[in-house]
Amino acid sequence: MADYPDHALEAGTEAPDFRLKATPDQWVGLEDFHGQALIMAFYPADWSPVCTDQMALYNEILPVFHEYDAVVVGISVDSAWCHAAFAQHRNLHFPLLADFEPKGQVAKQYGVYEYKEGLARRALFVLDGDGVIQWSYVSPMGVNPGAEGILAALEQMKEQQVGAPV
Amino acid sequence: MSMLAASPRLTVPLNERDHVIGPETAPVTVVEYGDYECPYCGAAHPVTKALQHAMGDKLRFAYRHFPLSQIHPHSYQAAEAAEAAGAQERFWEMHDVLFENQTRLSTQELLAHAGALGLELERFAADLAQHRHAPKIREDFLSGVRSGVNGTPTFFINDVRHDGGYDLASMLKAVQL
Repeated sequence: MADYPDHALEAGTEAPDFRLKATPDQWVGLEDFHGQALIMAFYPADWSPVCTDQMALYNEILPVFHEYDAVVVGISVDSAWCHAAFAQHRNLHFPLLADFEPKGQVAKQYGVYEYKEGLARRALFVLDGDGVIQWSYVSPMGVNPGAEGILAALEQMKEQQVGAPV
Repeated sequence: MSMLAASPRLTVPLNERDHVIGPETAPVTVVEYGDYECPYCGAAHPVTKALQHAMGDKLRFAYRHFPLSQIHPHSYQAAEAAEAAGAQERFWEMHDVLFENQTRLSTQELLAHAGALGLELERFAADLAQHRHAPKIREDFLSGVRSGVNGTPTFFINDVRHDGGYDLASMLKAVQL
């Protein structure tokens, strides 16, 4: 078995590359997001039984993320077909990636796999345009981590960019 | 138990653009972020009324919009209707009507509610058609996002997010500071 981190990768770490299905016939990897901030939202499963869940919240906030030139992807161990049905049902306008085969491999690489349950934890990573993790956070399983931490991280990245020599 | 260090706080204090009931000097301020089409908010509505009744002058209550329009297709326009009524000094009456009629939020039904409240209909309809109050709803939504509103309803009690239940007993306990 490969060596996986036992806790979520932290700020300053280069994000592990991945190649996951975004739809039943479309793959995406880290390089597809080069030059943009990327919000990776790992979550346990599609079809959580609440009406205002984490993915629905991000769906509403998309325009704000776009103002920071940031895109968001959701990642769970559900299959691409399950994601497609879920996204259609919830009217989601951002990609859901299927960490399906080998199951949970990307979650494991990012240190956010829950081995007992066989699910990804509720974890957030904000990557800069060069694929370096700038912020990460793991939420208790049943708690919606919201978006305020993501926005604070994006805000900080923007300030650093403004301050940096060109 | 929680891995969160502390509950998030309200980032935008109450100001003159907010809809507020109760005296500024009240020891307890409750701010609700809600969605007129959300069933949980509908369930919480009578609780907020009972809370105001029980607390009297000791409570200041404010409502901000947090419409989850992707899952509740009528929620945004319902919020606009509340603001349009607010522009005619009738915000709270419309607020009650909307929560008491959560399945009747189409444009025609909103106009009917406005008519029943005796609002100036032409102005109300124009406000909706021109989305005159949309910027305010967006401001409310953004202030919620930045304050840790993850779903609806979310309550802040004296600027701190209330993470407990929102039945009357839980709310009454939470406001006994």
